[in-house]
Amino acid sequence: MWRFILRRLMWMIPTLVIISIISFIIIQLPPGDYLASYIARLESRGSNVDQATIDSLRMRYGLDDPLIVQYFKWLGNILLHGNFGYSFEWRLPVSQLILERLPMTFMVATASLLFAWSVALPIGIFSAVKQYSLADYFFTVLGFLGLGIPNFMLALVFLYVSNRYFGLSVGGLFSPAYLNAPWGIHKILDLLSHLWIPVIIIGTAGTAGLIRITRANVLDELRKPYVETARSKGLHPMLLILKYPVRIALNPFISSIGFILPGMISGEVIVSIVLNLPTTGPLLYSALLSQDTYLAGAFVLMLAVLTVIGVLISDILLAWLDPRIRLS
Amino acid sequence: MTSRPIISVRNLEVGAMSRHGMLRPLRGIDLDLPFGQTVGLVGESGCGKSMTARALLNITPAPMRITGGTIILDDGKAPPQNLSALDPDGVAMRAIRGARVAMIFQEPMTALSPVHTIGDQIGEMVRIHRKLGRREAKAHAIEMLDMVSMPNARQRYDAYPFNLSGGMRQRAMIAMALACGPDVLVADEPTTALDVTIQAQILELLQRLQADLGMTVLLITHDLGVVARTTKRVAVMYLGEIVEEASTIQLFDTPLHPYTQGLLSSVPRLGSRRGRREPLPTMRGTVPSALVELAGCAFHPRCTKAVAGLCDVIKPVMAEVNPGHSARCLLYPEVLVASKRGSSVVQPEPVS
Repeated sequence: MWRFILRRLMWMIPTLVIISIISFIIIQLPPGDYLASYIARLESRGSNVDQATIDSLRMRYGLDDPLIVQYFKWLGNILLHGNFGYSFEWRLPVSQLILERLPMTFMVATASLLFAWSVALPIGIFSAVKQYSLADYFFTVLGFLGLGIPNFMLALVFLYVSNRYFGLSVGGLFSPAYLNAPWGIHKILDLLSHLWIPVIIIGTAGTAGLIRITRANVLDELRKPYVETARSKGLHPMLLILKYPVRIALNPFISSIGFILPGMISGEVIVSIVLNLPTTGPLLYSALLSQDTYLAGAFVLMLAVLTVIGVLISDILLAWLDPRIRLS
Repeated sequence: MTSRPIISVRNLEVGAMSRHGMLRPLRGIDLDLPFGQTVGLVGESGCGKSMTARALLNITPAPMRITGGTIILDDGKAPPQNLSALDPDGVAMRAIRGARVAMIFQEPMTALSPVHTIGDQIGEMVRIHRKLGRREAKAHAIEMLDMVSMPNARQRYDAYPFNLSGGMRQRAMIAMALACGPDVLVADEPTTALDVTIQAQILELLQRLQADLGMTVLLITHDLGVVARTTKRVAVMYLGEIVEEASTIQLFDTPLHPYTQGLLSSVPRLGSRRGRREPLPTMRGTVPSALVELAGCAFHPRCTKAVAGLCDVIKPVMAEVNPGHSARCLLYPEVLVASKRGSSVVQPEPVS
């Protein structure tokens, strides 16, 4: 097992190097750079930017260096100093910007993930065991509705209803009164009273798909001969289903964990914008729009690294759960 | 001559409604398993052998369910019980399943869970039925692995099915089935998925265990060779019914039912009198689907000896033709008389 993990860790290194090169190329691909658009904006407002200032700025950001030099400067700063560069737009270090939003982002993402799983798994298993029952059809319809309704639409409806009928302050994760208040029990309660809306909205989208996947996986496994064997042993039907088919039907779930981690950071951009959530999604979106090179670059790199880590985690979990993978 | 039956099946029916009509894989099975003996159940694919096995444990695959008849289990451990009347998922049935009537399956690779160790799957039996703790269950599982002559039983406890060869997997399966010391073992094609040398080993093992433990075994197979070497009595199945039942010697010596005769003549033999160039006789057609409802004898459309106006009109019943040798074929006067007396004359239904 340890050798397996070590081998996978070794493989991560070349993968990450290639990823960093590709992400750097991607953020350099669009024509122009932030400085060019910044100067254009200044000039359009009538202020005159003299060549000397431009040159000194270009010098400071190293924009005239060959790409390869820029790449190594970028990577060197990240690896040696933990310095992800400077956001032109926000005039703040990129790391500070992202770090500010990470805790809330992870909280919203984890909460909605837990919500989705705790709703979807039991329903999916139930639908499979009671295939073609009334309840199965009910959840199938509900699931397809959930898949079909766009999230931002649901977000708008929620906003309207919660404001119009429950008088809740809309959007964000805090009421205005608590926005800058220090942490305390009241602030946490306020957070919880806001959190459920994004959690349900983001959660339901995943829930619908998860129900379908769980149902299909469990159905596949229910027909396997080992289920019949387990029946012939006199196991309680509920225990039987949980111990054998569900256990094996979980494997595809575990293997999808790798894509959940990056999804936590980049996911649900539109919902976050609609609900005005202080998460990283909208930040990434605006960074891409305004060619905020280092901010966007840091995001792309972070997403890639999280994907690699996520895949590693799901591989380890899979190997732990499924002996067939561990030994091959 | 036969001892008291430990399991006595009467008129057992299994069926399910489908969109094409009523599916009837078992159409009234009568079968006795005499205490401490091995009984063979043979027939072509689709004749209902495996369904019979599952019905005995009340684990017919949904939507199939027992629709009639009785399965009396009388193993002396409890008052006789009718298994067909028990709720398949209920406590009473589950207490019998595995503990008093156990089953081994055809394909040990797929019939064992791929992600649990064989030790866990064997120990589970005693954890369920004897409420043993993990440690005791493990000790018991290793004992069972030893009993089925698993090499390195202690190490094999932690092996997964895919770590083992086909023969060892089947040994593990047998160890699992026998973990609670059941009185009845239902073996559904236990050697079909194995190669010939391993087949022989597994059969020897089953025979040894049967003798040592005094178990009653129902051996289901399509392989007449296996039946000949391991069983005392044989029942032949066709389209959800038993069509012939006799001691193994009688059956191979003087098969009565044309179906049995057909089965026996389609087995290739070394050094037979038949010329080398003569093709092996085969039976025409296949077993009809469990949907089909035939007037008269179920076998008459494929039978070479069928008599028009008789076999397609009168439904034959089982009757004793020779002592201890029953058949369900109207060509024998005993059967004809019994069938007419049983008022089971079935008018051919109009074809819709």
